[in-house]
This record gives sequence, structure tokens and C-alpha cells, in this order.
Amino acid sequence: MARSIDPAARAPKAAASRGIAFILKKSAISALVALFLFSLMIGIRTEAGPTGQLIYWTRFGDLAALVAAVFFGSIAVELLRQWIGPSKKITLLPESASGMIATLRRLLVPALLTFAVLVPVIFYDQRYILDLGILVLTYVMLGWGLNIVVGLAGLLDLGYVAFYAVGAYSYALLATTFDLSFWVCLPLAGILAAFWGVLLGFPVLRLRGDYLAIVTLAFGEIIRLILLNWQHVTGGPNGITGIPRPSFFGIPLTNTEDGLAARLGIEFSTTHRVVFLFYLILALALLTNWVTIRLRRLPIGRAWEALREDEVACRSLGINTTTTKLTAFATGAMFGGFAGAFFATRQGFISPESFTFQESALVLAIVVLGGMGSQLGVALAALAMIGGFELFRGFEQFRMLVFGLAMVLLMIWRPRGLIGHRAPSVFLEKPTEISSAMVKEGHG
Amino acid sequence: MTTSRTDNDILAVDHLSMRFGGIVAVNDLSFTAKRGDITALIGPNGAGKTTVFNCITGFYKPTTGMMRLIHDDNREFLLERLFDYRISKVAKVARTFQNIRLFAGMTALENLMVAQHNSLMLASGYTFLGLIGAPGFRRAEKNAIDLARYWLDRIGLTARADDAAGNLPYGDQRRLEIARAMCSEPVLLCLDEPAAGLNARESDELSQLLLAIRKDHGTSVLLIEHDMSVVMEISDCIFVLDHGVKIAAGTPREIRDDPKVIAAYLGADEQAAIEVMEGGA
Repeated sequence: MARSIDPAARAPKAAASRGIAFILKKSAISALVALFLFSLMIGIRTEAGPTGQLIYWTRFGDLAALVAAVFFGSIAVELLRQWIGPSKKITLLPESASGMIATLRRLLVPALLTFAVLVPVIFYDQRYILDLGILVLTYVMLGWGLNIVVGLAGLLDLGYVAFYAVGAYSYALLATTFDLSFWVCLPLAGILAAFWGVLLGFPVLRLRGDYLAIVTLAFGEIIRLILLNWQHVTGGPNGITGIPRPSFFGIPLTNTEDGLAARLGIEFSTTHRVVFLFYLILALALLTNWVTIRLRRLPIGRAWEALREDEVACRSLGINTTTTKLTAFATGAMFGGFAGAFFATRQGFISPESFTFQESALVLAIVVLGGMGSQLGVALAALAMIGGFELFRGFEQFRMLVFGLAMVLLMIWRPRGLIGHRAPSVFLEKPTEISSAMVKEGHG
Repeated sequence: MTTSRTDNDILAVDHLSMRFGGIVAVNDLSFTAKRGDITALIGPNGAGKTTVFNCITGFYKPTTGMMRLIHDDNREFLLERLFDYRISKVAKVARTFQNIRLFAGMTALENLMVAQHNSLMLASGYTFLGLIGAPGFRRAEKNAIDLARYWLDRIGLTARADDAAGNLPYGDQRRLEIARAMCSEPVLLCLDEPAAGLNARESDELSQLLLAIRKDHGTSVLLIEHDMSVVMEISDCIFVLDHGVKIAAGTPREIRDDPKVIAAYLGADEQAAIEVMEGGA
């Protein structure tokens, strides 16, 4: 211990950048904050007594230990920081290393894609992994959908789950009421969600930044409350049950004579349906990705990005900002609707509980963590957020804590997301990545 | 129809007034800009020049007044009635900004492509044809890139076409903004202090660029500028504003010798300025 700190302690003296007084002052402030925070949480223990009265006792020893830990921990962190040096030094990579990373990155996409396609083959017997894969892909798709609104057009949407809900309920109601098949309902769910996207778009056209975020947040809640209270249509809190499972283009995936297994002459297994669902969501997600990549290179996509960069300049160039914003909302919402329809058919049961603000926040976190506007970044972030969350299952009640810590560290390390740079949509000679310092986050 | 107007006018501003609460930024201003001319709007700080620009380009709705834009084919557009983006889209008036407003996170080429949004949007069948990669759209896109390349050549930025606009030096950004405005193929180009922050050599290049734009494309130019070397060199006609009122109009030579203009710039009253000038002469 002493040996590990020793060189660290010498380093700042050599650098003479920050004195001991500075470190002590900073650590003292940290300790003070810790004392304030923990004095009630740790320092005083309260419990209900046998007759119901409040009994309490103090634990100042624990409190002192904790504050001391924070004080010395803070010193250690500060020394380490000075020892490693300013953060700029470690972000700059040598030429060869960055070249290697570029190659790796080029290989990353095909590798991920191949892996995704092969997951049902590799993990055929592991239902848990298949289910997790479906979940991850659902969030990848939602992330890509929201990425159009937040990442490209720069419109902060905190109510994205509303479109997910609209898609899910559209499919559930259309399928249970009119007996329509999944493949008919899927586009309808998308269209209905897009319609609601436009409906949300109109009142928020003039809003920007925080104001836009609050209205979209409210919109998400309105949709959820309607679903909760419009009992005779949506079933209220009971939700909708008995939603038809998807068929393999008309052939049911059931253990019956006309089921797919019987027709192919193979033994029936419930895994078939899971595998089918996996490929279905993979196809839907890839469709979202393909459309987004295409749209980025079309005038509409460039107009979205231009809108994120500077709305006033857009108007001076004759771009109709109203329709541009509305199409962004509608396109994003449409993919949310598709994902919702898939969610409904996968679950067979939906209720408003699945469409809380937490979902919106999770999808937005995926987009921000991945790097706004980056397709690969969003996919990686969804994998990390949903898959990583499962990884931390071993930590039990500390899962949220570890997870939150990981997110904080990631945002310190990469404030603009995993992949923060922007690839140009068109180029003359060769595409050069644009650093995140230039790209704006959008203002509304 | 209140001002005398010849067939050769491209822009006729009649009795334009703009009030912000109690402040009168522009007061009963009338002027005309001739087709193919470089018309300059000058005046001390706070004279209302940018406000006039914002009215013409639709960012402000004027309190009173009429602004007519006349195309070659005699079609007239009443700018005060057009919604902001339609002034660029339909009436074909492009502008630049006093504080540069490029899309900083997009490349120089992308900036020029965004400027061709409306024609490309039409070619892409409002996205649907473009999504399936229709050949008509590919052709249109190629033409758009060619036009962008032409303008990049004109402003000498071809080598930096794929760099983020925000990374370009200040002078390059100024020229890129002009090129971007020209990519929307305007009949009237409104430039708000294009020489601000440029050094003498860059100002001179800018003058040559504007003269070339006028010569090669027949685009009329409306110019706000403080750099008198640019204004006096390239303008055909100058209007001088002070406190929202037109105080003088004429050729550069006439303006240079106008005592009212000198008074406005020197901040002295008219008589004092005349005395100063006569004393100097």
C-alpha cells in the first residue's frame, strides 16, 4: 500500500503543479460533504420500538470511519490524478494505435452482425440467452428509432415510450378485435404511431430545449394515463390478454397439424417460436438501421442534421422547418410503433405498466450513451445497458449502484457517448470523421 | 406603386417601418435595387440595416410597408406576405449572417448540399423515390455535388470540402457562407457584413468574388458593409441609413462627398460636419 502511494506522492512534488494544501483542501471539502450526507443516514439509527414509539441510537464510530475513508480516498484519487497527468495526455493516441482502432472498428460491424445472426444457432438450447437477445434487439431498435429524433434532428424527446405504447396497443386491439394478422397490423401500427408522432409534433414546433423535453415527457404520461383509464377499450390496468402470437407468414408456430413443425416434419419445440421472434426483431431492427442510413444521405436527413446545427440558417436556405421537424417525429415514432407491435406479439399480454417513463429514460440513455447520431454507438450502448444490466445480476441489491457508477464513469470518460464523432453523409475525396467538439447536440 | 419604379428593378421597398415596442428601428424607408446591381446599405451602428435585412428575408414581419421582389419574367412577390422559408424557396432571396451561421458540424460540401434542399427534395420524390434509389434522384444528386464542387472551386475550398465547416479559418467560413447562399440559386443575394473580421487581402478577394458572382451569374447583390473600401469599390448604388431613416442615396462618389453621411458617421451635427469638410478642402 505504502509502496504504491509513494511514487504518486513524489510525482506532484516534481511536477509542482498542485500543492499539498490544494489536495488537503479538496479532500476536506469531500469529507465535509460526506459528513453532512451520512450524519443522518449512518450516524443515527432509528427503529420502531416494541410499543410503537421511536427509538434511536447513534453510530458515530461508523460515521467517523466513513468520513475518514472519504477523506483519504479523496487524497488518493487526487494524487492518482496528478500522477497520471492531465486527461488530455491519455486521450491522444499514437498514430499506429489509432490506425489499429480504425481497422478494428471497421471489422466490428460485420462481426457484430454475424454474431447477431448466429446467436440462435449458438445458443439454441439456452432460452435465457435467446430471450435476452430479443430484449436487447428490441432496445436496439427503439434506440435507433429515437436516434432519428434526438440524434439527427436534435429534438429532445422524453416521451418516446408513448409511440411504443401506441404501436403495442394498435396491434393488440387490431388483432384481438378484427382478427387481423401480424403482418397486416405491423404497418398499421407503424402508421398509427407516426400519426401520433405528428400529433405530438404540432404543439411542440415552437418549443426548444427544456420546454420541448417537458412537453414530450407530459405527452408520454398522457398516453399512459389514457391507456390506464379508457377501460372499455384498453382494459385499463388489466391490459389486453390473448394477443395472437406471430405466425410464420401465415403458418402458425404451434403444436398442431397445420403448424410449421408438423408441416416440415420435425419435432415441435417452443424454441422455434423464440428463434422466429429473434430473427423477426433482428430483421425489424436492421430495417430501421437501413432506413436511417438511407435517410441520412437523402435531403431530408441532411435537413434534419442541419436543423440540429442551426435552425435559423435552415430557414434562410428555404428549408421548411415545420415539415422537417414533423417528419423527424413521425419517422422516429413509426419505428417505435413497429417495436411496440413486436413487443405485443412477443408478450401476448400488454398493460400500461410496460410503458412508464422509465422506458423512455432507458431508451434515451441508450441514445445518449451510444453517441447521438451514431448507429453503431446506439447498438453497443443497448447491448451494454440491457445485457450489462443482466451481467450485474450477481451483485444483487447493489446492481443498480454498480450500474449507475458504470454510467457515470462512462460519461466522464466519453462525455459525447461511446461513438461521439460524426461521419459525413456525402464526400468529395474521402470521408473524414467530424469530431464531437464541432457537432451540436441540438437545442430543442 | 408609390415610388418611381423602372422595369429594371429587382427589389422595391416602399414605406417600410419596423417598430419594436416603442423603438422605431426602421422609419418609412423606401428604396429600390436594380437588377444586376450591387446595392449597398450603409450607416453607423444601430442605424437599422440588419433590421431591413431581416424584414426582406422574412425573419421579421415589418410593422408597415411593402417589399416587392420582381423576377426576370416579371413575376412579383410580396415579401412581407411570404412565410420565412418561402422567401428563399419561392422568391429566391438568399442571405448570409453578420455572425456566421454555418452548419459547423457538417462538412463544407454538406453545407452546400443542404442549400440545395428544395431541388433535391423534389428530385427525391419527397424522400420516397430517393429511399429506393431511383436513377432520377441519383442524377440530381450528382448534379448537386457538381454544383457544390463548382462553388468550392470558386471560393478556393475544394481541398477542404470534406472538413467540418466549423474547423475552417474565419475567412474561409465567410466565403463558404456566401457559396452556400449561392447554391440555393438566388436572384437576390443579401450579404450582412461579409467583410467583417477579414484582413485587407481577404476583403479584396471578397470584392473580386462578389463582382464575379454578379458578372457570371447575373445575381443582384444587396450588401450591408462597414468596410468602406469594399463598399466604394464594388457598389453601383449606395443607400445610407441613420436611426432608421434614409439620409442619402447615390453612387459611391456622391455618397463619399455627402455632408449628411459624413455627419452621421462622425456623429457631429450637419452644420459642423460641413464646416469640417470645407475647412479640410
